[in-house]
Amino acid sequence: MDGSAEARLAAEPSRLLALEEKLRELEKRLTYLEGQAAEDRVALVVFSGDLDRVLAAFIIATGAAAMGQQVSMFFTFWGLSVLKKDTQLSGKTLFQKMMALMSPGSSRNLPVSRMNYFGAGSKMLRAMMKAKNVNSLEELMSLAKELGVRMVACEMSRDLMGIRESELIGGLECGGVATFLADSLQARTSLFI
Amino acid sequence: MSQAFDKLFDARGLSCPMPLVNARKEIGKLELGQVLKVVATDRGSVADFQGWAKVAKNVELVAQETETTEAGNVYAHYVKRTA
Repeated sequence: MDGSAEARLAAEPSRLLALEEKLRELEKRLTYLEGQAAEDRVALVVFSGDLDRVLAAFIIATGAAAMGQQVSMFFTFWGLSVLKKDTQLSGKTLFQKMMALMSPGSSRNLPVSRMNYFGAGSKMLRAMMKAKNVNSLEELMSLAKELGVRMVACEMSRDLMGIRESELIGGLECGGVATFLADSLQARTSLFI
Repeated sequence: MSQAFDKLFDARGLSCPMPLVNARKEIGKLELGQVLKVVATDRGSVADFQGWAKVAKNVELVAQETETTEAGNVYAHYVKRTA
């Protein structure tokens, strides 16, 4: 053994200690990074109350759920119309009444984003979908529920527009921006529809 | 040459996203290692099943076939349950 090899051997314990220290540091960083990694999750904001857009949202939601993703849909503003089952007027402010009367009463009355012509376009699209054996919005909605899609109704816009919880379909959660962000920050894909 | 399978699911006439959604339900009824054959007329299902197998950790796309009939193309997807 020559001198340099002896010197290396003598330095071994401190080198090991340094390596251990480095390993601990890497482990810490790995734990942090694992916490940051995206889950198999898709988060959608449904802002629109247009039939065509909402259909796209539910097709993505059910497709993603079928592919094994956790899906959350956050309904806000015009998107709340999708979740309505009936319209109540009593006890609402004038503006809220106007809003209620001018908004669709349920998913069945949603307009299309283009060429709506006072609802004729929407009826036409539904007829075309039926002819092509495309699932209706209502079928996709119940399918989404069946597949465990999380549906959250935005509390602030619901309250603002004067929509009562009793006017909405069952099986919904209520929440705010952090409810959406908690899901979307962990998601691989987030869409605003 | 035709591929072996354990169960057949007929998704002909269904359109996006139903072939995928129903196939997902059906494959849950299979044992590990078994193969589900899905027949569909939706052309998009070819890419859809490839995407599914790529993303999902519990399925493997064993084979895909296209059969041309008078009524149009019929697409067969063979999906194996792996987990």
